[in-house]
Amino acid sequence: MGLSEKDLVGLQHVPAEEINQILDIATPMKEIIKRQIRKVPTLRGRTVVTVFYEASTRTRVSFELAAKYLSADTTGITAATSSMSKGESIRDTARTIAAMGADIVVLRHPMAGAAELLAHTIKASVINAGDGAHEHPSQALLDMFTVKEKKGRLKGLRIAIIGDILHSRVARSDIWGFHRMGAEVRLAGPATLLPPGVEKMGARVYTNLEEALEGADVINILRIQLERQNRGLFPGLREYSRLFGINKERLKLAAPDALVMHPGPMNRGVEIAPEVADGIQSIINEQVTNGVAVRMALLYLLTRGGSKHEITC
Amino acid sequence: MKLLVKGGTVIDPVAGKTMEKDILIVDGKITKTGVHLSAGGAEMLDASGKMVAPGLIDMHVHLREPGFEAKETIFSGTCSAARGGFTSVACMPNTSPVADNAAIISYIKNTAREKGAVNVYPIGAITRESKGDELAEMGDMKEAGAVAFSDDGMPVMNAGLMRRAMQYSRMLGLAIISHSEDKNISAGGAMHEGYMSTVLGLKGIPSSAEEVMVARDILLAEETGCRLHIAHVSTAGSVRLVREAKARGVKVTAEVTPHHFSLTDQTVAGYDTATKVNPPLRAAADVDAVKEGLADGTIDVIATDHAPHTVEEKDVEYDLAPFGMVGLETAVGLVWTELVAPGVLTPLQAVMKLTINPSMVLGISKGTLDAGSDADITIIDPAASWTVDPAQFAGKGRNTPFTGRLLTGMPYMTIVGGRVVMREGIV
Repeated sequence: MGLSEKDLVGLQHVPAEEINQILDIATPMKEIIKRQIRKVPTLRGRTVVTVFYEASTRTRVSFELAAKYLSADTTGITAATSSMSKGESIRDTARTIAAMGADIVVLRHPMAGAAELLAHTIKASVINAGDGAHEHPSQALLDMFTVKEKKGRLKGLRIAIIGDILHSRVARSDIWGFHRMGAEVRLAGPATLLPPGVEKMGARVYTNLEEALEGADVINILRIQLERQNRGLFPGLREYSRLFGINKERLKLAAPDALVMHPGPMNRGVEIAPEVADGIQSIINEQVTNGVAVRMALLYLLTRGGSKHEITC
Repeated sequence: MKLLVKGGTVIDPVAGKTMEKDILIVDGKITKTGVHLSAGGAEMLDASGKMVAPGLIDMHVHLREPGFEAKETIFSGTCSAARGGFTSVACMPNTSPVADNAAIISYIKNTAREKGAVNVYPIGAITRESKGDELAEMGDMKEAGAVAFSDDGMPVMNAGLMRRAMQYSRMLGLAIISHSEDKNISAGGAMHEGYMSTVLGLKGIPSSAEEVMVARDILLAEETGCRLHIAHVSTAGSVRLVREAKARGVKVTAEVTPHHFSLTDQTVAGYDTATKVNPPLRAAADVDAVKEGLADGTIDVIATDHAPHTVEEKDVEYDLAPFGMVGLETAVGLVWTELVAPGVLTPLQAVMKLTINPSMVLGISKGTLDAGSDADITIIDPAASWTVDPAQFAGKGRNTPFTGRLLTGMPYMTIVGGRVVMREGIV
């Protein structure tokens, strides 16, 4: 087992069998996290470097813990966005890391295409932990894992993704992933935050929130970013909340057992009402736990590329 | 000093004729054309099997000097032109300092005269430092040799100022070249807005960013009577606007670049920064529309927007890379492969868009083979197949998205003022 590509830059080209493989292996990985001693020797002697050019807590910590639970050595580099223009180029940073002997580099970067640039530069595997508005494949994989765990399947489910689709790498990876696994993907958000041609990626586009929510099995609520409002992309948070915020009443439009997800961090009271975020249908905390499990599976499979090793946990 | 270009198929865009004949050059001038001219002591240049055209003119290049000599110089840029079959280029004013006054225009002309491999015609800035605040000294620049005015790359956003620039330029008899882009619409964009920008997560530049300004400038040209030339038309909507304006009698001309008739936004997948250009590579329907515009005469000129950058500048994240690609040395190959071979243009039409048409926009006495004119001649081998290899370029820039592309049609010889400046790729 193993993934056919050296890197995981996005889900656009990952076949369904490989997505299934990742999700399958995440299950025993999750068992490890639940143990008292959360450590297996699977990746002993391997090095995972996280390179974060953009602020992030949960994704970076999630990858670092995933690596540590598998006994990999980890180290992290964070670069403030402001120093990028005057500092070292990403290619030179990459070569430096490669020269030190990393097996896997986890990259978060504010610009689309950065992960692909890195992947073409170094021999180590690159996991894209979010590049601009392009993709965030490990988030989509953990979303799919969480939904599959709860619903037992992905095929035929109605997944509504709500909010700022235009700037969302999570939305793009979710669309590719859920669509490939046979789910029906619906998108809703302000017209100025819906990117052109997105329906061709395999989604139905709604500007009416109620229609998008009708009978949905999953509601994935995206973070609305304050700076978007400052750039005049929508009139304001108050109106956004009124038109697109998910509250208890709107939740009722979805299937009775619909799941509520959010990739975090949340703006409570803006895109998601507190009672929805903390309600019984919310699986937001579950997503965080599963994030570690899915990333363990990814690290494992990327170091096993092409080989037939059985999992040793 | 006598030269005889013998045995070629001569394409004469002024006479509108293509025929087998010879051209005799004496002391840098064409003295005679005709069938079976005798050498009479002249050096003979065998052009059999080749096409002989007036020297090609690229009315849209960036020579980068003064100020950005790491990207290109007047010397390297004109060598690139010679290798690409161009005998004259018009260079845009976005140098450092900006070519917004007579001194810089003179500097460029003088440097080109001393070091240039081909003729150089400077284009002056419309506004001081191309900042879009106040008019530059256009009259002074005309006297120094400016052939047109443009704030290329820094579109004049203030419609009132553009209107006055056109009124003023009309008085001088020179064209305004519009880089048509509404910065409020395109702001921060890196590629064409459409399905591909959505998939790649790059900010899009909608077609309307260009079309809004094409429409505005056509209206201003119509009102002021100024000659308007639309640079690098890239969208179906722009082609339509120019076509309609021409039908109304507006004095508007337009150009398209080889990359805009050869490539679509699909090429951006993979984030190769060599594909980052402004205006961006558009959708397939736009490529079809510009070809249609070329065929029906809506688009008068083929110009490269040759925009060299250093390897380091381009070897960065897509968002950080500067816009622009080199074009001088791939233009003829792309015109023949993408336009002439499939029958979009006849060889004569293609040559017109590379010679007499840009010459008329700029008001220069080039682009003709008439007796008495400067002996600027380009000989093209229409059957030669070659693979684009940036390492072979005579210019400094290596930023081309055509690396590895097989092209048919190649500049064989470039003659400037009766002097052979390029022969079989060697400048």
